Amino acid sequence: MIPADLRVMAEQERERQEGFRCRILVCAGTPCLSAGADAVLETLRQGVAEGGLDAEIEPVASGCMGPCSRGPLVKVRSRGKEVIYERVTPESARQILFSVVKGRKPPTVSPLPPDFPFLARQERVVLANSGAINPERIEEYVAAGGYGALSHALHEMTPDDVCREVSLSGLRGRGGAGYPTGVKWSLARKAPGERKYVVANGDEGDPGAYMDRSIMESDPHRVLEGMALAGYAIGAEQGFVYVRGEYHLAGRRLEGAIRDAERKGLLGSRVLGSNFNFRIDIRTGAGAFVCGEETSLMASIMGKRGQPWNRPPYPAQKGLWGNPTLINNVETFAAVPAVVGRGAEWFAAIGTPKSRGTKVYALCGQVEIAGLIEVPMGTTLREVVFEIGGGIPSGKRFKAAQSGGPSGGCIPAAFLDTPLDYESMERLGTIMGSGGLIIMDETSCMPDVASFFLDFCRDESCGKCAPCRVGTVEMHRLLRRITSGTATMDDLAKLEELCELVGTTSLCGLGMTAPNPVLSTLRYFRDEYADHIRQRRCAAGVCAMAESPAPGAGGEALLHAMGVPGEVE
Amino acid sequence: MRHADKQSDSSLSPALASDPRFTAVERTLKQYQYRPDALIEVLHVAQEAFGFLSDELMDHVARQLKVPLSRVYGVATFYHFFSLEPRGEHSCVVCTGTACYVKRSGEIVKRLEGEFDVKGGNTTADGKLTLSTVRCLGSCGLAPVVVLDGEIAGRSTPDSAAAAAHRLIAEGKPEKKPVAERPRRRGRRGGTP
Amino acid sequence: MPVITLTINDELVSGRRGESLLEVIREHGITLPTLCHMEGLSERGGCRLCIVEVEGSPRPVTACTTTAREGMVIRTHTTRLIRYRRMIVELLLAERNHYCAVCVSVGHCELQNVAASLGVDHVRYEYLSPRVTMDLSHERFGMDHNRCILCTRCVRVCDEVEGVRTWDIAHRGVRSRIIADLNYPWGESETCTSCGKCVQVCPTGALFTKGATVGEMVKDPGMLRRVLEGRDRKEWEG
Repeated sequence: MIPADLRVMAEQERERQEGFRCRILVCAGTPCLSAGADAVLETLRQGVAEGGLDAEIEPVASGCMGPCSRGPLVKVRSRGKEVIYERVTPESARQILFSVVKGRKPPTVSPLPPDFPFLARQERVVLANSGAINPERIEEYVAAGGYGALSHALHEMTPDDVCREVSLSGLRGRGGAGYPTGVKWSLARKAPGERKYVVANGDEGDPGAYMDRSIMESDPHRVLEGMALAGYAIGAEQGFVYVRGEYHLAGRRLEGAIRDAERKGLLGSRVLGSNFNFRIDIRTGAGAFVCGEETSLMASIMGKRGQPWNRPPYPAQKGLWGNPTLINNVETFAAVPAVVGRGAEWFAAIGTPKSRGTKVYALCGQVEIAGLIEVPMGTTLREVVFEIGGGIPSGKRFKAAQSGGPSGGCIPAAFLDTPLDYESMERLGTIMGSGGLIIMDETSCMPDVASFFLDFCRDESCGKCAPCRVGTVEMHRLLRRITSGTATMDDLAKLEELCELVGTTSLCGLGMTAPNPVLSTLRYFRDEYADHIRQRRCAAGVCAMAESPAPGAGGEALLHAMGVPGEVE
Repeated sequence: MRHADKQSDSSLSPALASDPRFTAVERTLKQYQYRPDALIEVLHVAQEAFGFLSDELMDHVARQLKVPLSRVYGVATFYHFFSLEPRGEHSCVVCTGTACYVKRSGEIVKRLEGEFDVKGGNTTADGKLTLSTVRCLGSCGLAPVVVLDGEIAGRSTPDSAAAAAHRLIAEGKPEKKPVAERPRRRGRRGGTP
Repeated sequence: MPVITLTINDELVSGRRGESLLEVIREHGITLPTLCHMEGLSERGGCRLCIVEVEGSPRPVTACTTTAREGMVIRTHTTRLIRYRRMIVELLLAERNHYCAVCVSVGHCELQNVAASLGVDHVRYEYLSPRVTMDLSHERFGMDHNRCILCTRCVRVCDEVEGVRTWDIAHRGVRSRIIADLNYPWGESETCTSCGKCVQVCPTGALFTKGATVGEMVKDPGMLRRVLEGRDRKEWEG
């Protein structure tokens, strides 16, 4: 395929789509499928077949539309107009289909209002095609402008130009730390090495975050195109997508997308008629959070235990099989086609001066509408929770938002007006992380939440370095004493000291950030900790507190000497 | 001299060699050209075909890929996906990701543990049910989530989960949601680790 | 060999290019505790005891895995480093069941020596007291998981020097265990050559020669150097 063929393919597909009077898109993302979207789609397909409407109406399985808690979602698109229905059943799907045919309003189901804030307040760049195309048809991605950026880059830009463009856009890593993507690419480009690799990190392990899964499910070609652009920019011919093991659907869609792209000459040898060769293979994770850490992830790709190694050397110098390797998050790669296609300036104009572009968040927890949103960097937490998310359900009060998962921290109500960008969140003692935002109301107990995350880190620690392996267990034990009403203020001091040790001396990011949920909740909710310890009281009513006072020093010593068997073995 | 250089098929029992499930493993080995770095991919396929990784399977994979036995065991136990013991007839997975936790999925786990007298991660004595937890299935919009034999049940409660698990064991198959009208295309894999 | 100059604890010292910080520091007579490091084996950077402060780096780095560079400014014994090292040793002592009084290696144990030199006289953390076992299936050696600190010297020496890799780590985090082959009893291992190198490099009483009783297990860490130097000189060829 050469660039002209790509244009023809896009035009043909656009014509085909315009030939329908109406296209009915049914979200086929994991949450909507769980809610019964495939039955809805089947009903629509049957209805169309029975009515002999094949030429007029096309039911389409699309990617994620956003408000996942309101699924299954159905989008009716006709003559440039779009309406979205929520919580669709096969019954209401039949009504919707009937109304489309007759050109009337369905009698008992009504669509979401056109200014529905959850949708209207977003700015979709990475998610532009999510919920708008069928992720399993490459033609639809191409018709939406897909592979245009790659075609442009291969024929009109040098690899240096691509690196420069990414640098100028101000794009930063969307996986957590926010390292400037352009710098990473330039380092990998300059690193000497005959073979180089591009790796997309889709091992989205933060509980409560599913942006990457949704991107891979809803728009897999965007990730592949971003990776191919990276391959061209740094001089790599091989890429790997590391997909979290739990994400079967994402893995399957990526597999299909790679096959289709290779068949069309958009991946493989001599991509789009150029001299650039690029193959992508999938590697499947097997249930280890630490593999989100780049050196662990590479160990896992090479078929080993996912244990990190000391950096330097950094992956850009010595990565897979000792070769320079570029690792970016899936969302970062998904932003690249837009950066290259629409220009760095356009991208840099979105967001704040230091955090440019948009960010996808998985909004969930105690919020009216849970789902996936994409907003410009710098949007305030208040806008996200109360305008887009519709506020806190059942008249409860907002207490805090947890961001960055087990590596992050919380943002309390006093900072609702904080703009969500890398710097502001860091100032508050949390991190942007991959984009999970868990909203908590007054029924959440902060020491309990911290204990939850430490339990997670303890379980996910790889065991290579002593501070993380043992320190996280000891921290979790101390937190459990606090949440069970058996701790002393001395335990709190020990906990804080351990936070410092584990955060400072651990080998990799997992250990270094494991104390964050404790430090952050202590920073804003120290009273709650004191309440648990001194009054043996849990205001949220989550912790079951011991009846008797904390055992004194003697009691503790006795426990130690007896060796209370824990959950260790 | 490493053990992997021994005659490659010598240890394979006739029962395993003639097992139809074994062909998937062989195909994957071949597909990856017996490269050591394919270990995890091969274990994935083996686990899916057999439900768990027996010593004999791991031994075979080690010899074929020419990696030390200890490394195969190290990898198989490092990753939570792999199980070295047969699983129960049915599986019940409770999501304990943050969103589900905040919506009290811990209570569901406790209730199921009590109801079936089994600790999370284990199989009941009668081999009927394996109860496990998973860190976020990415269906946070439906929290709290329970997965019964691959069927996701969103917005679960301790009562609904216990009732559904009992029905699963009694009826031998996961119940269809009221909206589903035909067999689902997504098989048993949906979200079960 | 090109020489580099760096500052360690306010003193200008020289080192050879390519050396690790640990080598330079020890060559200048400064004691830095280590447990996972062993000359002749690859570096692991797991015990974190050899952490040092490098000017310009926000957090301490492990001297064993950091290459010495021209102009580096290093501090090896700041108050916080000493505190961290003590805490790490406390954590290691709390992890398994280190009852020195009845240990085959008491008096010759690297963990015990490091603890003593750091002044660790009690452990403030809850003992995890895991129920772990001993493997006495091998005819000459024994493995006591109660004393294991997961330094992986045994894994590395078996893999890198003996070329067998009978040992590896199974599971992860605090559940990590040293295993032989597919978690076979050591004596039934198909691959073990009974060379005993793992026993000699083990810093604690986790690997020992059978028959040794309290305090009798004296390791020979110089063995590894002799083996490797002998190989270099091709002593056993022809």
